[in-house]
Amino acid sequence: MDSLLREYLPILIFIGVAVALATVIVLASFLVARQNPDSEKLSPYECGFEPFADARSKFDVRFYLVSILFIIFDLEVAFLFPWAVSLGSIGLFGFWSMIVFLAVLTVGFIYEWKKGALEWE
Amino acid sequence: MADFWQGYALPVVITVAEIVAIIVPLLVAIAYLTYAERKVLAWAQLRKGPNVVGPFGLLQPIADGAKLLFKETVIPSGANRVVFLAAPILTFSLSLMAWAVIPFDKGVVLANINVGILYLFAISSLGVYGIVMAGWSSNSKYAFLGALRSAAQMVSYEVSMGFVIVTVLLCAGSLNLTAIVEAQRTIWYAIPLLPMFVVFFISVLAETNRSPFDLPEGESELVAGFFVEYSAMSFALFYLGEYGSMILMSAMTSILFLGGWLAPFNLEPFTGLAAHLWAGFWFALKVALVLFCFLWVRATVPRFRYDQLMRLGWKVFLPFSLFWLVLTAGVLVTTGWLPK
Repeated sequence: MDSLLREYLPILIFIGVAVALATVIVLASFLVARQNPDSEKLSPYECGFEPFADARSKFDVRFYLVSILFIIFDLEVAFLFPWAVSLGSIGLFGFWSMIVFLAVLTVGFIYEWKKGALEWE
Repeated sequence: MADFWQGYALPVVITVAEIVAIIVPLLVAIAYLTYAERKVLAWAQLRKGPNVVGPFGLLQPIADGAKLLFKETVIPSGANRVVFLAAPILTFSLSLMAWAVIPFDKGVVLANINVGILYLFAISSLGVYGIVMAGWSSNSKYAFLGALRSAAQMVSYEVSMGFVIVTVLLCAGSLNLTAIVEAQRTIWYAIPLLPMFVVFFISVLAETNRSPFDLPEGESELVAGFFVEYSAMSFALFYLGEYGSMILMSAMTSILFLGGWLAPFNLEPFTGLAAHLWAGFWFALKVALVLFCFLWVRATVPRFRYDQLMRLGWKVFLPFSLFWLVLTAGVLVTTGWLPK
């Protein structure tokens, strides 16, 4: 086997074993326990009455905003990973390039802050 | 045929045996972590905790598991059945599969890949999918709100976690987990990077939805949050997944900041070859200490309000960890301490 396969095959097998184990646990419960559903039991849980409407309703736009901000900063982290590992060999030029990049993102972050995108009340 | 056996089948059989050797102790640890949590909370509140089933209540986790196994799996009529059942399977298997790259000693690791920390970061980020799937597919208001909150909270704290990890990488100069631990032979990173260690630990609490960041579950308002509609073993899988990721995150904290399997002092009998005998002990001890902190925090600190939680994540941790990252990089570059 080549080295890439030798390194990653155990992970693939591990994922297979983990998923299989989880599936077996769920199925075992179906097999062992007596299933006796009725309509009251299967209705969504709410405080003592039938649910009025579908639960998948509108929700606050802030949650979208948080996820958009997350994408920006997570990308930033993704760029930082290779930079951090190779900083010893790319020297001062590499260091300052990343500082400029971070400065640009920080300006955007300050703008978001001032615009109130981070406020929850 | 013999070639196939030597080349492929035998390594696969050995790998499966190794995987079982990781998963079985892990499942026992998860079961007894639930017991330890109840005992620690009980001591903190001057109660006795579970003490009826078995000596000192030691069989309690097994009794709980058996009870859940014999319960009926209720799938709500409005639920999306496939996604509903896939969510706990995903959550549980994600908390297991990250262990493929955790080193227990130098060379004692299932897959010693070069990008170990990246793999851990990726797997722990995927955890949010199980929660969103559970909340959406249940078609229940509580579950939906819990999942929304949980998703927003987990992604918020993941950003500062990422910055903390990058800071450690700057000091270690490698993405390989074994190399990160070996780089701490001179000093554990918890000491020079103490503020980042604190940020990391608090972010881990938020990432695993633990108290004081347990708003997704917030039983006083959302009953149980995203898994309110689950029962029997699918409920148990969420529970096991949560405790599994607690242990995983403690292991990650020990590897990144507490020197993994390294002994805290370089004295006899912890040097030379004997160090390998003690490696597992030190690693387990450090993981247990971090886990105790999880439980200690739960017994002590009241729950955050949602706006406080988001403010802490975005307005305190994010700028602070970014600043500390730049500071660390600057210090390392100017002093020439960067690892080559």
